[in-house]
Amino acid sequence: MSITKKDVLHVADLARLALTEKEIDLYTGQLQRILSYVEKLSELDTSGVAPTTTTVPPETAFREDRVTPSLAQEDALRNAPLSEKGCFKVPKIIE
Amino acid sequence: MKYEAVIGLEVHAQLLTDSKLFCGCSTRFGSEPNTQVCQICLGMPGVLPVLNKKAVEFAVKMSLAVNCRINPRSIFARKNYFYPDLPKGYQVSQYTEPLSEHGHLEIDIDGGRKRIGITRIHMEEDAGKLLHGEGIEDSNFSFVDLNRTGVPLIEIVSEPDMRTSDEAVAYLKALRDILVYLRICDGNMEEGSFRCDANVSVRLMGAEKLGTKAELKNMNSFKYVKEAIDYEIQRQIDLVENGEKVVQETRLFDASKGITASMRSKEEAHDYRYFPEPDLLPLNVGAKLVDQARETLPELPEAKRARFITDYAIPPYDAGVLTATRELADYYEEVVKATGEPKVSSNWVMGELLRLLKEDGKDVGDCALKPSAIADLIGMIKKGAISGKMAKEVFEEMYKTGKPPAGIVKARGITQISDESELAGVIDRVLEANPESVDRYRSGKVQLFGFFVGETMKATKGQANPQAVNKILKEKLAG
Ligand SMILES: [Zn+2]
Repeated sequence: MSITKKDVLHVADLARLALTEKEIDLYTGQLQRILSYVEKLSELDTSGVAPTTTTVPPETAFREDRVTPSLAQEDALRNAPLSEKGCFKVPKIIE
Repeated sequence: MKYEAVIGLEVHAQLLTDSKLFCGCSTRFGSEPNTQVCQICLGMPGVLPVLNKKAVEFAVKMSLAVNCRINPRSIFARKNYFYPDLPKGYQVSQYTEPLSEHGHLEIDIDGGRKRIGITRIHMEEDAGKLLHGEGIEDSNFSFVDLNRTGVPLIEIVSEPDMRTSDEAVAYLKALRDILVYLRICDGNMEEGSFRCDANVSVRLMGAEKLGTKAELKNMNSFKYVKEAIDYEIQRQIDLVENGEKVVQETRLFDASKGITASMRSKEEAHDYRYFPEPDLLPLNVGAKLVDQARETLPELPEAKRARFITDYAIPPYDAGVLTATRELADYYEEVVKATGEPKVSSNWVMGELLRLLKEDGKDVGDCALKPSAIADLIGMIKKGAISGKMAKEVFEEMYKTGKPPAGIVKARGITQISDESELAGVIDRVLEANPESVDRYRSGKVQLFGFFVGETMKATKGQANPQAVNKILKEKLAG
């Protein structure tokens, strides 16, 4: 699989990243090398092997449905660049 | 009809857990903004979600109730997109391996039954809320409340088995009734705890291939669902008739105009790059949890309705009204148990009680009147102790005060006299006082019968049982 400039722009757009021409070339090359490296794995025949998403034993760890204290409103908003009236304040969303 | 519509529905139901899906924050509705959030649901770095067991139990119950097969192992996945109501930049959902699949339910439509397939049910977390207006007057900003972020949802995806808006609404109502019966969702469409998106396409009648579909959103009542689907079907037919193409897109319903309009904003947004959520292990539901859920399933609305019709011999209409909620159905059954009179009990519960509750905007659960008191009242009417007309007045007072009928009847002095020997005595006195009228009646002036009834009523202050008075008067006047 080869990475094109178009793929990089698509992913950058999904990630809301604005890239310069120089960065686009740089990342196209880097992503290509990473994928080629990982592609080595496909040389192994894994047909008939279920995908492994975890190596931890299969019992699901549940929590009971109990309410625990939340953050204070001012703490919840502390990292927000803008806040007002107890809310996070963000650029207008147009629908 | 030259065309037929093909409709599939995606329903999001908020589960009635106390805490969120992956953290202990409260799910309470209507709190101050951003007071039910923590590091986990805000998506701070380095935190770990832990799955709420009750949410899984609820989702399993719903799966069983609509005949879905539970997957012993399902996987949580990240659905990646950016929106200010989604602090993590992804929603934890289930994608390739959902909790359950291959279910169905049956709806009543045009006097018949129709089976609607349910493709899958999966678990996911809710997003936050954007506040617009409501006293927040800043045209350059949006305001975000994340209290709802992480509240557990199930998404129930139907097969494209519906052909009309009426079928879609019947399916939605059936689904909501089941969720409410299971007590796992409050089913409130206005507050958004029961939400529906509709995929609608049209095709020539008899065609195999599906047309291009539009996804309809923003319908927060059954009425709007019907309006939006009807509008969309006609819009697509008009396009096809004019030789134009239906575009695959998301359309928002505008209730004020009764139309759907294209939501052009998210052109590229459908690239969600799902991948397994590395912070959560696969969900292994386990036979024990499924068995427990199955054992605690209540009788569902359909089954209850059918049983009421057969066991109580009440009309299907009555059965439908009385099984609208579990609480009402239980209430009615208690009245029947005490009276042994299913239809009379239905008349009082469905007629009088529901009328008064509706006037007050209340549910049967908030009502002071006990089923046993209604049963007592029905018993008193049956014995002739009070008339049906008096009973209605007594009922209103019972409803207001929660008091049993006997006390009210006594306090008001409205007992009906049905005792025949007592009435016979009164009637004898009436006849003795009016010998002339008696003679005229006996010589053929039968219109005077009403006069004697009136005199008897006067003598008993209106408390005589009219049927009994008629009967005794006829006997006595016959001589
Ligand atoms: Zn939280």
